[in-house]
Amino acid sequence: MAEPDPSRGARRSYAALGAVWALLLLFPLAAPNNFVLNLGISWFISLALAGSLNLLMGYAGQISLSHAAFYGLGAYASGVLSAKFGVSPWLGLCAAIALTAAAAFLIGWPSLKLRGHYLAMATLGFNVIMSVMFVELRGLTGGPNGLVGVPSLSLFGWEIGADIRFYLFAWVVVGLMMLLILNLLHSRMGRALRALSTSELAAKANGIDVHAVKLGVFVLSAVMAGIAGFLYVHLNNFASPENFDFVASVMLLVVVALGGTGTYWGPFLGALLHVVLPEALRAFSDFEILVYGISLVLVLLFFPAGLSGAVARLGRLVGRGGGR
Amino acid sequence: MDGSQLLQLVASGLVTGSIYALVALGFTVIFKSTDAINFAQGEWVMAGGMIGAFLHASFGLAPLLLLPVCAAAVALIGLVSERLAIHPLKAPTPMLLTLITIAVAITTRAAITLVLGKAPAGLPSFSGSENVAVFGATLPPQALWVFGITLLVMIGTHYFFQRSLLGRAMRAAAADREAAGLVGINVSRMAMWSFVIAAAIGAVAGLIITPLTLTSVNAGLMLGFKGFSAAMLGGLGNLHGALLGGLVLGLLESLSAGLLSSQFKDAVAFVVLLVVLFLRPAGLLGRASTERA
Repeated sequence: MAEPDPSRGARRSYAALGAVWALLLLFPLAAPNNFVLNLGISWFISLALAGSLNLLMGYAGQISLSHAAFYGLGAYASGVLSAKFGVSPWLGLCAAIALTAAAAFLIGWPSLKLRGHYLAMATLGFNVIMSVMFVELRGLTGGPNGLVGVPSLSLFGWEIGADIRFYLFAWVVVGLMMLLILNLLHSRMGRALRALSTSELAAKANGIDVHAVKLGVFVLSAVMAGIAGFLYVHLNNFASPENFDFVASVMLLVVVALGGTGTYWGPFLGALLHVVLPEALRAFSDFEILVYGISLVLVLLFFPAGLSGAVARLGRLVGRGGGR
Repeated sequence: MDGSQLLQLVASGLVTGSIYALVALGFTVIFKSTDAINFAQGEWVMAGGMIGAFLHASFGLAPLLLLPVCAAAVALIGLVSERLAIHPLKAPTPMLLTLITIAVAITTRAAITLVLGKAPAGLPSFSGSENVAVFGATLPPQALWVFGITLLVMIGTHYFFQRSLLGRAMRAAAADREAAGLVGINVSRMAMWSFVIAAAIGAVAGLIITPLTLTSVNAGLMLGFKGFSAAMLGGLGNLHGALLGGLVLGLLESLSAGLLSSQFKDAVAFVVLLVVLFLRPAGLLGRASTERA
């Protein structure tokens, strides 16, 4: 396949992101009630999680099973500081960013020297350790019952409750994140990522500091998950340890894969599933979970490139009529 | 803390460790033939216990008789899963296979829930109910069954892969697919057998632990995850590593719960596991140079 002008592809991606983000402004107008509006907010949070994990997994080719731990670390950092110590959530955000960055650096430094399943195991181990902390540091975190009494955000005296104001806030924050990811992919760093996920040896030979690039992306993706946690905890005024355990990390992996690993738009579709499925599963009977499991097998069997791959294939089928 | 208490901790650590070792063995068998992490392994362990408890309660089957029956039943589940969900795959990659086993795990658990219900289920001990004293530690008789059966399964698996024609064909297929195909081994059939064997081993593990801990449809998740950790600790893809990893993980948990803190036992066990992983990236018995960047 001929690669035309790379900057043209970049311009098209920016335009598409702008268009999608502008359309998302209309969603609150179309949402019939607060419940649906909140699903929209949850979608933003899931997109931040799936998009950042995809950056690490899809582009850098590094499997992480600790994304939910960083999500939780961000949530608990800001949640505990504001609920137990009366610290402003905005300082809590700084703490969430600093803490997730520091934790990601400390665990990423040795882990990212490992590959494949060993990297998966190391990150999984970190997630388990964090889960134990969330549950057992009861004095701080509220233990298995969860952290209650987390205040909502307020900006210039405006309270950002769980309504249209929070939707707009998440629209801005997650929009900036997705823009940052797009920028990164079209930068020298993005090309380095793709190079090292294809062949680490070749990347090294071309002067890329493989370990530093991996670590940078790992820390960045962890910080984004931490910010998602910050959004989550101040949206719900609550955090519960089971949202951040290793099962949650595994499910995020599935979400990214279902959306389409290593494609920019995959996480947009994956996040949609991530929001709708747990809502549905909570009310699901055992029989419906069986159907869900079977459909998951079928999707993976027939669309191994995920939903975005399926959409792209459909697009090519339609496009074939008009040329080539 | 005196000597006999310490011995007690070691003994109970070895019991859980034996179960972890069997679950790890299941992971290892499938990993060797497909390079995938099989997330359904824990569900097969659960299925073994649940089916056993059901057969005992409904038909009064003796626990020892349950062993072959449950192993066969769960092996069938493994066979059907492989044929329906893994075999049709046109371009299998380890990542895709791993994701499919997550879906298979969800499906298996839902199917067992539908048929056998959500209530916790138990089994009587395989023999007697009087505790036995061994080297100064007091153990329930079932613990001895756990040791004995684990040892038998380990030896049996070792001989199967070293001596039998099928076992050696499976090793050949795992070592080099193309070369194995050239000498007439049906490679995809070997993957199927690995699912059957891993499922049967899982069922045995689930059955022998049920008299000690009870079981329920949710038990598989934790057992599977511990078994995976044990397999990694020992060196994934290494049969002896599975045994060593399982026993070490069981001991770590039991000792850290008894000597340090029961709440943080999982954290302590996994800190040690991370340290081992960082110092010996391919596990206790793995070759260290292979997976390091």
